[in-house]
Amino acid sequence: MDAFLNQVFAGLATGGIYASLALALVMIYQATHHVNFAQGEIAMFATYIAWTLINAGVPYWPAFFLTVAIAFVLGVLIERIIVRPVERAPVLSVVVVFIGLLVIFNSLAGWIYTYTIKVFPSPFPKEPVHLGSHLFSAHQIGAVGVTLVVLVLLYAFFRFTPLGLAMRAAAQNPDSSRLVGIRVGWMLALGWGLAASIGAIAGMMVAPTVYLDPNMMAGILLYAFASALVGGIDNPGGAVLGGFIVGVLENLLGAYVIGNELKLAFALVLIVGVLVVRPSGLFGRVHVTRV
Amino acid sequence: MTIKPPVSADPSAMNKNRIIALVALLLIVCALPFMVSNYRTFQLTLVLVYAIALLGLNILTGYNGQISLGHGAFYAIGAYVAAILMDRFGVPYYLTVPVAGVVCLAAGFLFGLPALRLEGLYLALATFALGVSMPQVLKEKHLEHWTGGVQGIVIIKPDPPFGLPINQDQWLYYFTLAVLLVMFLLGWNLLRGRVGRSLVAIRDQPIAAEAMGVNSALYKSLAFGVSAMYTGVAGALGAIAVQFVAPDSFNIFLSITFLVGIVIGGLASIPGAIYGAIFIQFVPNIADQISKAAPWAIYGVFLIGFMYVMPTGVAGAVRIAWARIKRKTGGAGPT
Amino acid sequence: MSTRQLLVSATVIAGLALGASSALAQKKYDTGATDKEIKIGNIMPYSGPASAYGTIGKVQAAYFKKINEEGGINGRMINFVSVDDGYSPPKAVEMARRLVEQDQVLFVFQSLGTPSNSAIHKYMNAKKVPQLFVATGATKWNDPQHFPWTMGWQPNYQTEGTIYAKHILQTKPDAKIAVLYQNDDYGKDLLKGLEDELGAKAKTLIVAKVSYETSDPTVDSQIVQLQGSGANVFVNIATPKFSAMAIRKTYDIGWKPVHYVNNVGASIGSVLVPAGLEKSVGLITTAYLKDSQDSAWKDDQGMKDWFAFMAKYYPDGNVKDASNVYGYAVAQTLVQVLKQCGDNLTRENVMKQAASLKDFAPTLILPGIKINTSATDFAPIQAEQLARFDGKQWVRFGEVLGK
Repeated sequence: MDAFLNQVFAGLATGGIYASLALALVMIYQATHHVNFAQGEIAMFATYIAWTLINAGVPYWPAFFLTVAIAFVLGVLIERIIVRPVERAPVLSVVVVFIGLLVIFNSLAGWIYTYTIKVFPSPFPKEPVHLGSHLFSAHQIGAVGVTLVVLVLLYAFFRFTPLGLAMRAAAQNPDSSRLVGIRVGWMLALGWGLAASIGAIAGMMVAPTVYLDPNMMAGILLYAFASALVGGIDNPGGAVLGGFIVGVLENLLGAYVIGNELKLAFALVLIVGVLVVRPSGLFGRVHVTRV
Repeated sequence: MTIKPPVSADPSAMNKNRIIALVALLLIVCALPFMVSNYRTFQLTLVLVYAIALLGLNILTGYNGQISLGHGAFYAIGAYVAAILMDRFGVPYYLTVPVAGVVCLAAGFLFGLPALRLEGLYLALATFALGVSMPQVLKEKHLEHWTGGVQGIVIIKPDPPFGLPINQDQWLYYFTLAVLLVMFLLGWNLLRGRVGRSLVAIRDQPIAAEAMGVNSALYKSLAFGVSAMYTGVAGALGAIAVQFVAPDSFNIFLSITFLVGIVIGGLASIPGAIYGAIFIQFVPNIADQISKAAPWAIYGVFLIGFMYVMPTGVAGAVRIAWARIKRKTGGAGPT
Repeated sequence: MSTRQLLVSATVIAGLALGASSALAQKKYDTGATDKEIKIGNIMPYSGPASAYGTIGKVQAAYFKKINEEGGINGRMINFVSVDDGYSPPKAVEMARRLVEQDQVLFVFQSLGTPSNSAIHKYMNAKKVPQLFVATGATKWNDPQHFPWTMGWQPNYQTEGTIYAKHILQTKPDAKIAVLYQNDDYGKDLLKGLEDELGAKAKTLIVAKVSYETSDPTVDSQIVQLQGSGANVFVNIATPKFSAMAIRKTYDIGWKPVHYVNNVGASIGSVLVPAGLEKSVGLITTAYLKDSQDSAWKDDQGMKDWFAFMAKYYPDGNVKDASNVYGYAVAQTLVQVLKQCGDNLTRENVMKQAASLKDFAPTLILPGIKINTSATDFAPIQAEQLARFDGKQWVRFGEVLGK
């Protein structure tokens, strides 16, 4: 029983990792109706920027917010310079551009920072926290907390601000949005910027656990993608919950059901099974197509 | 996420000029192994192999609009079927190719059934999952007896038959070329007729297509099966050419490379498969020549650059170029 | 011109020709070698999932640059042609063919990865082109009878597993062993060495073994699983990142087994510092190379030379990365082989000289370990020594194991 609970807690901790990147995917999807495969690599690269700042002597929190700002600018620039020219191209051409971005950022990070893993500091205390007889590191709890804060902000942004509404409109129906005076182009760029910022936060929360290296996000992206879809790609809360579900499910399957070799395959089969039954995810809105 | 490349020119428009051009091209392609080194012949054989795989993926993604991020899995199944048959059962190499095709047809059809319920992103995830899991399945200890586990299987390169005065590389090239021609002719026949129109109709107007009596479910799973069959045949040919299969040969990058290949080559275009194959075979080598420090960065720049210049792929750009020439010369182009 | 003059000059010319031909008789070349240069091929994963190892090719290119600047080997410059296979076996086949057939190299050196080398194994031997000092620890490279053109370099993974098993049997015969391994050729090879040496006892002694994939974000779940098995010995067969995570997690959850960490994941700079030095106290590993971050080698001449070399020829390289130490040591071994070849630069002689290394010690190898090869022994390094981490350095103990 003790081991079982330990597995559940370890799963929740990794689930928090998936959830944080899943939020960035939800953000970009809400804003552009694309899934950005380069999201993880942009987050990784932003984390290297934070690492550089901290190593240059900037204290943690200023470095944190500075990185979030830099990532925002980076995201806007990528949209304006690289994505915009292919805006009208077929969707899969845009996907190829995303793949291009993915390999560029991965390769650049390896070239500039080498592939040796780096320690990324955590803003939270080092001492483990006791929850009953179980151990959580303070960082894991803190990271989940940060993810939840981002979730609330994101929810509020889309729900209560005119800008959030405009962004959603721009993504869902660009032509009508233009007619009511929304600057669709800038909405897309803004979406990219915000997604890059959320990604940067995710990166900085993930790196203390998985170490900072150019391939840090490769495995996580797949899980984040799965989490976002399980929870519903248009529902930030669902995506976070999806992250925890995937994290726990994967651990329990690996430890008790089918062993570690095939746990990923099996977890994915289960997720696909869920999607077959509920094609919009557990908490996603059902879309009805108008003929 | 919907995929709507421009509708291709009617593939049945085959006039005399075009046939002459095709025959001339075929002659050049046949003469190539005698004009270049064995190493280049080997590379060209790989181009042919990839072209078959890309045509397969294009049937599914380009024509039918179902995205697949996991076609490397079917390529792997085809390769392993060929390798296991040759290595464990002593089956001659040329028989393994159709068997690989049939096995993948069945595998693709079965995978297509649940995938019917999934669209766009969700299908992308399901196929991505397939691509990621395949190497792990191949490493599975219960299958090790057949698959050779992580060490893979080494297979023997076939000799040319009937005492033909050519070497192994040249023979393999012609063998692959023959398979490619058969597969492309089959594909061309399939796609220009009722089936092709139905596939495109499902892609562009799914609801209208259903209303007009197209059995969407059947066509979609059929597209999956046929697509997997092509890719499986390519996998078998690839295994014979490379003489080796191992789980690491078929990681998720292979699947992504295939997707890149059809988009760069041109969606819903038969020649696009060949352009794409040339790209995925040679551009990584060029990137490596330019920079050892960050070859992937160069490759990424190539990807983005291609999409800037030719958003509808090479085939799309060729089509636009021809249309322009035709307009200027009053329609004398060989299209 | 008189007859006599003619005769004299004819004799002179004949003499010169004779002299030249006898000089020619001493020099023997195969494709890829000339009076001026030796062309060497190399295949590395500069792109793709294993690009972390690409630094080995870069450090070797830098080392050969240094050798060339110092006058080359017997007056010949090294032309190092290094190509990328992205860790994909089909690409490795293509690249091997390019190097052999198009670039016409004398031999291929340090091609990296078990899958890639397995893919080209047969081809290289059919072509009779040396596949020298392959960068993988699989056991199959030491097979001169069937594959006389292929040779490994580092101690193989199975031997390493054997050493841990022996040490466990000696010091803790009633051990309950937990194993974490990477689910690929490397992890399974090392595990096999461990299990083979434990023999019939393996089934009872090993109470848990779990694997991880390189796509797993963490190995936390695996460590929790292993702790749950009640094991008191932990054999950690993981690459640097995962090894560091395993060390940290083991410590954090308060599990205190005798912790063996494999050589691949035991570098101070890239594993123990990230894991936390205080969490690494008591770890046991086997070593055959010096660790650049180990203060024990602070005044070691070989290590000083290496740091100077890195600063001058490969300033982009990371001195904490054990791969850069490894690549340098292998390159030194190759230079030794080529020196021994003298003016006879045929493929056959390259293999012959590679198989006649006697007590050669690259400057970064541990004291007491020597490279010895013979016509029947294609495994250059077979000796390793156990070491325990004291919080600052790897303290070697016991004798050098193996030969």
